[in-house]
Amino acid sequence: MIELIDLHKSFGGNHVLRGVNLKVEKGEGMVVIGGSGSGKSVLIKHIIGTLKPDRGSVFIEGVDIAKLADHELYEVRKRFGMLFQGAALFDSMKVWENVAFALMRHGKLKEKDAKEIAVEKLRMVGLVGVENLMPSELSGGMKKRVGLARAIAHSPEMLLYDEPTTGLDPIMADAINDLIIEMKQRLSVTSVAITHDMHSAYKIADRIAMLYKGEIIEVGTPDAIKNTDNAIVRQFITGSAIGPIKIEGVTV
Amino acid sequence: MSVSVKNRLRKLTLTRKTDTEFMFGFIEFIGRIISKFWYTFMLFTEELGRIILLVCSTMKQIISPPAEFKNTSKQMVEIGIKSMPVVLITAVFTGMVLALQSYTGFKRFNAEFLVGTVVALSVTRELGPVLTGLIVAGRAGASMAAELGTMRVTEQIDALETLATNPVKYLIVPRFIAGVIVLPSLTVVADIIGIVGGYFVTVVLLGANSALYWRRTWDYLEMDDIYNGLIKSCFFGGAIAIISCYKGFYTEGGAEGVGKATTGAVVLSSMTILISDYFLSAWLFK
Ligand SMILES: Nc1ncnc2c1ncn2[C@@H]1O[C@H](COP(=O)(O)OP(=O)(O)O)[C@@H](O)[C@H]1O
Ligand SMILES: [Mg+2]
Repeated sequence: MIELIDLHKSFGGNHVLRGVNLKVEKGEGMVVIGGSGSGKSVLIKHIIGTLKPDRGSVFIEGVDIAKLADHELYEVRKRFGMLFQGAALFDSMKVWENVAFALMRHGKLKEKDAKEIAVEKLRMVGLVGVENLMPSELSGGMKKRVGLARAIAHSPEMLLYDEPTTGLDPIMADAINDLIIEMKQRLSVTSVAITHDMHSAYKIADRIAMLYKGEIIEVGTPDAIKNTDNAIVRQFITGSAIGPIKIEGVTV
Repeated sequence: MSVSVKNRLRKLTLTRKTDTEFMFGFIEFIGRIISKFWYTFMLFTEELGRIILLVCSTMKQIISPPAEFKNTSKQMVEIGIKSMPVVLITAVFTGMVLALQSYTGFKRFNAEFLVGTVVALSVTRELGPVLTGLIVAGRAGASMAAELGTMRVTEQIDALETLATNPVKYLIVPRFIAGVIVLPSLTVVADIIGIVGGYFVTVVLLGANSALYWRRTWDYLEMDDIYNGLIKSCFFGGAIAIISCYKGFYTEGGAEGVGKATTGAVVLSSMTILISDYFLSAWLFK
């Protein structure tokens, strides 16, 4: 279970998170939606502790990770897998070395065994025969799949996705959506995905939360969100330029 | 009152006014300079503070297991072997030009026989460590800053964190150790090649006596000259690695930021080498 309580974070004078409250149940698929620059990535980085809150708590299975020492935090992170927006593959390593990174470092597996598992995980995300390529030889969609294989390689209990479908063509995006659903069903993980792609959000979410002006302004099932009374949420999900959300520097 | 007196009075008051104005303007100007200077000073102390923190966490990670043998040896190859050609060429020509200049210069007061000594002392005490340091700062320092900077802006450093790997231990420690070991090794090579270059010019090209050249070299060269030169280069190696990693590690602002980090790494490490060289020399060569 992941629980965020009254989370605040500023960068200089930029107050990005202004009291975020969010609870994700075990095994649940939560999707956080919000505009570009609204702080979605900042939010997800607090869950895995690469950013520390100025105020508030991040409870992972009842432990406030904002208060942990570094080495304890690293232990908690072993229970997570994360897929980055740009995949963030290590470009000095082969594909299989990327996937097997955590296995070789923490699992102390021999290279041969680790490679075997890496190839198996790559097959799970639909990639065959790419293990000896370098990341620079892959397309954007393939990189995301490798990133996903790396995230699930050490069998984590919780998965975080930072804009899993952004920048992909619609067919590839849908394939990634299917993979995310499959991960949830096969591995029964708790997951938090952030996105501004509503099509993807409806498809992969058990519940959807909207981040706006540094706070979660609404949480509900996809159906509840579709039929919301909140004008801000409605404007966002219908993708209209006219409404209470103003685009900075643009007058409609 | 006559017109001319009035005019003079007006002129006087006018000058007074501009004088005061000028004074205030001057004070404002000084104030601006001070505040600009203060601001730069604050930025500098902030940067220095962050570098010191990074040095501390690097030291802490060096002693905490496991050791990063594979990464360290990779970095040693990266810094050492790949810098070797440039170091060789620089060392041999430095030794050669040093011999040439001191030979023709010293000839004016019949002291050509001192060339061997001059080359040996200059190369081992100063030119070997400093020039090797500057070359490595330009080559390896730039590439460290660019690599870590790219890893930062493409979230690869965040990815390391999420894979429960301390990026200071994984990225910076191997580069630091490699720098401290490789730079003195390169300097030994540069020392030897520099002296050989000096010999070549003095004896082979200018026709001086070979046995005399070597005697003059060995008579006055002490082991301490070489050791102290190597101590300096250890320090330079560590400084280059820490500064370049620091610049890369804290890169902000995409591709442009990576460019800035790279330039900043080369400039700051070169400055550090040249400035610290004076103080280290004053301390080591009493
Ligand atoms: N490390 C950081 N330092 C300074 N500002 C940051 C940092 N990370 C994010 N921000 C700022 O926080 C805001 C939200 O960013 P982000 O979470 O990346 O948005 P998004 O919702 O598009 O993922 C932006 O204004 C961004 O400039
Ligand atoms: Mg983002």
